[in-house]
Amino acid sequence: MLGTTIVLAIREIRRHLLRSFLTILGIVIGVSAVVTMVTLGNGATKAVQESIASLGSNILQIRPGQGFGRGGGGPRPPAFKAADVEAIRSQIAGVKAVAPQAQSSGVAIANAANWSTTINGTTSDFFEAQQWQLSAGRLFTPAEEQAGKAVCVIGSTVQTNLFRGEDPIGQRFRIRDLSCTVIGTLVTRGQSGFGSDQDDVVIMPIKTVQRRFTGNRDINFIMVAVDAAYDTSAVQGEIEKLLRERRKITGGKQDDFNVFDTKQISDTLSGTTQILTGLLGSVAAVSLLVGGIGIMNIMLVSVTERTREIGIRLAIGAVAREVLLQFLVEAVALACLGGLIGLLLALIATFFLAPVLAVPFLFDPQINLLAFVFSAVIGVVFGYFPARRAASLNPIDALRHE
Amino acid sequence: MAADPLISLRGVTKTFGEGPTAFQALKGVDIDIMAGDFVAVMGPSGSGKSTTMNILGCLDVPTDGEYLFRGHHVERLTRDQRALLRRRYLGFVFQGFNLLARTTALENVELPLLYRGESKKTRHDMGMAALDKVGLAEWWDHTPAELSGGQQQRVAIARAIVTHPDVLLADEPTGNLDSERSIEIMELLTDLNRQSGITVLMVTHEAEMAGFAHTIIHFKDGLVESVGAGNQSRAGVPA
Repeated sequence: MLGTTIVLAIREIRRHLLRSFLTILGIVIGVSAVVTMVTLGNGATKAVQESIASLGSNILQIRPGQGFGRGGGGPRPPAFKAADVEAIRSQIAGVKAVAPQAQSSGVAIANAANWSTTINGTTSDFFEAQQWQLSAGRLFTPAEEQAGKAVCVIGSTVQTNLFRGEDPIGQRFRIRDLSCTVIGTLVTRGQSGFGSDQDDVVIMPIKTVQRRFTGNRDINFIMVAVDAAYDTSAVQGEIEKLLRERRKITGGKQDDFNVFDTKQISDTLSGTTQILTGLLGSVAAVSLLVGGIGIMNIMLVSVTERTREIGIRLAIGAVAREVLLQFLVEAVALACLGGLIGLLLALIATFFLAPVLAVPFLFDPQINLLAFVFSAVIGVVFGYFPARRAASLNPIDALRHE
Repeated sequence: MAADPLISLRGVTKTFGEGPTAFQALKGVDIDIMAGDFVAVMGPSGSGKSTTMNILGCLDVPTDGEYLFRGHHVERLTRDQRALLRRRYLGFVFQGFNLLARTTALENVELPLLYRGESKKTRHDMGMAALDKVGLAEWWDHTPAELSGGQQQRVAIARAIVTHPDVLLADEPTGNLDSERSIEIMELLTDLNRQSGITVLMVTHEAEMAGFAHTIIHFKDGLVESVGAGNQSRAGVPA
């Protein structure tokens, strides 16, 4: 019965080609708008992700403890040691640079100025991993790193506040108890993804910081740059495995360290574009709803216009359910047809719009399927009321209808 | 013949509306119709003949009284049960032909078979057989707009008989036709009645057409005024 009903519905749609087309126009526009918006939005998200990745991509940050900050109670998880850094460097494939970091802070004093800042002890790998260029001077030599010399590279904020336009290279300043020589200055980086000033920093060889400030050999942060040819998450897994071994975490015990992919920052940002995509998509979905109302309108007109036909069908022996099904199937067939045409239009639109908007063209079968199913559902929802009206007609009155 | 009547109305009344505006269209109608009969229902407009036909056609139910069709109480059936009864036993022919526009003669005739769930092949074969019976097999792919009034009514008759119904209900089948076409249609109905044994119930206000029937029932003011024999009445057919 359903098969013949579908055949009948298609026959009826073909019989009124122009009207059928106008009826489904709303759905066509709605579906194509939704799919175009979402497809282009997804492309934009991908573009954002790619642009972030091209900046400081493939960076893994390793910290002791779970999550951000220290958090929670309990014993503080042990910091990393130089041997951990060496192990990562020598045992993990695809590692481009490993930069251990030991951090402290203090007030730097030069001439008449003083400035409270962060002290970051690391190696020259840090600059490579961060892809951070010098604006003047030089980096640490291996000998300086090895010996823990009192030399430093300073960020632009420190430079501005401490030296006020003077050339800082070769100058000395005091920070806590240490008298330190500036050997290099860094280009301005601006705020980090979390809003802190990345340029407000004094960078020294890690041994210097450990000996003069922290007073231990702890490394509380390791930055790893992964070779682009390697899968960052695979490397992440490898590092996690290695550190579990080294820190003797067995079985189901929770890690007391955390390997964090900077990709997650890009995920946060792309989340924003995804929300925008969602908003645009829902605005477009409203037009889909309007399309549904258009279908209901025409179906109601159609029921009135075909009252006599309904009367004939009822007299011949159609039960109410069959008449209902006929009109419902017709509405759904119309809606589905509109959905299909809409998808086709969206495909063409995105194909030509994507290069214009400089976003990659991404065909997403999921949103296409969803939009199609949604249009069918709209057919059911908005076709039901007219269909019920048709089914509840009195055959005698319907036959008499002019 | 001591057979039970195919159709039997007992004390049937029909009231439209309620309260002071209520109108009693039927005031207690008793009719018996035997299988194989050819009945013409006559009477002035407002006499209750159309209401009676609607009830006989299971399109409407009596306000009061009994309607027995093949021994079943139609007045107790639900709307859908009556639809199934129409589908199985009844065929309708209307004054205005009531064919589906922009639909070929064959598709029109196949329509009742669609609701019976017949296969495409069966529909086609039975539809063509019915069209052949009314002499329009060659016109199967013509739409109503391409057919004359008489031809359209033949298609309508083919649609009514395609399911081999027990009863053919015809509401002024010749009302929209000239007398020559009318006679042709009446001859067709007579043939169907004689050869296929279909019981024919026909409303008409033309005495000439009623003359083709065996039995003529006259209505007046919501009551059966008289039951008489038509020109073609045969001995042994009870009124």
